[in-house]
Amino acid sequence: HLATSLPLPSERDHLRPRIDLVVFMIDIRSKYSLKNVETSLAYVDASYFLGKVCFLVTGVGRKNDCSIETNSICKLGEAYCSPVLFCELELEGVRVATAQRLVRMLGICAGHIPGVSALSFVSLMRKSNDD
Amino acid sequence: NFNFFPFLLFSPPHPQEKADPQKTAFLLRKAWTLYSVTPLYGFRRARLRDYARLLGAFIAAEKQKGLAVEVGVELDIKVALSSLPDIRGSELDQAALLVQLSSRSRASSRNSEDKPVWSGWFCSVFGDDLFENVPEHFTCLPLFLSHGAESYTSLVGSWFQKTFDCCFRRLAISPLNLSWMVAMWAGCKLDRATSAVELVFSVPRLAQPLDISYAIHPEDAQALWDTVQKTPGEITQEEVDIFMDCLYAHFHRHFKIHLSAAKLVKVSTAVASAHCDGIVKILNSQYLPGVLMLLTELAISQIQ
Repeated sequence: HLATSLPLPSERDHLRPRIDLVVFMIDIRSKYSLKNVETSLAYVDASYFLGKVCFLVTGVGRKNDCSIETNSICKLGEAYCSPVLFCELELEGVRVATAQRLVRMLGICAGHIPGVSALSFVSLMRKSNDD
Repeated sequence: NFNFFPFLLFSPPHPQEKADPQKTAFLLRKAWTLYSVTPLYGFRRARLRDYARLLGAFIAAEKQKGLAVEVGVELDIKVALSSLPDIRGSELDQAALLVQLSSRSRASSRNSEDKPVWSGWFCSVFGDDLFENVPEHFTCLPLFLSHGAESYTSLVGSWFQKTFDCCFRRLAISPLNLSWMVAMWAGCKLDRATSAVELVFSVPRLAQPLDISYAIHPEDAQALWDTVQKTPGEITQEEVDIFMDCLYAHFHRHFKIHLSAAKLVKVSTAVASAHCDGIVKILNSQYLPGVLMLLTELAISQIQ
């Protein structure tokens, strides 16, 4: 399900299936996208921040087009205890690899992988980032 | 490395003699194309005359080969290399190096003056901090600025690359860095606030490209910056963000357009103007060192 911002329209609440993972997309070329994500974060229930939220930063291929400091985004990820992924959607290989990664994360969040919970996975990711 | 100055002292830290305004006047009000240059190997200041001769010969030879730069008129290109000792930040910086190409038409009389056709200069303003551990025989002049035909820039660049084993790269300026520049320069105190502060945005993904120009009265911009900046002489990313957010919010209130979703491509102030393609114009001699210091840092960041 794709949305340009949160909250989702309440009229469709009863039709909506369970949401297992929320991916916030930030375009590094648009300051507006960061502001939009920051505002939308307020509408996410706190329980999602136990491994069911991640930030996906796009447009990183072109260093000369960036309008946002990567440090600010990393700080956002730390503040919300959620991983930050970087990708360039315009490169097919990277796009496919990122999609596969997200699907794997989704599988864990939905509880399809026995022995791995969303929370344990996200703390694993955090440990490897710190190393 | 997207962001490399979380704190920036805009006023040069060491008290320095003011550069002679006469000598630096030619640098002002010209559109300079920016490049980053890796350190030059084996460059000797004492050999400037030799280098000028060799570069002149190289250009003549390339023209013979048919890489004509001017069609029709036969032109002899004369090369002059000189040092600009006033253009540096500290004693640790190398003095700037100026390359000037001038032409004299073969058909004209002996009394006719040489006409300047191209100029370029290498400089380093407070670049020393970032060039630690540079081995012997290397000269660091990381910023190169050119004005004139691209064909001459290419010839001069090729000769320097071959002779000193260095590498030139066009220096682009990201919207993030442009917003730093406009915040810094709009806050500069000038004797008379002359021109407006202007920001030009390009709107992506439209059938027809659209540019939005946002002009602000210089005194308003200065007043806004004064309320944002906490410590004079120091600027933080947060302060730049607040400054820009105020400008965006103001624009949105009036026009219902989110400039933060567009790409900032050019900024202009009374101090200097800069375009994302790496083209700057310096308009004020008082702030010349500050502008060059910033550009030097940008160049070094691209090299590292």
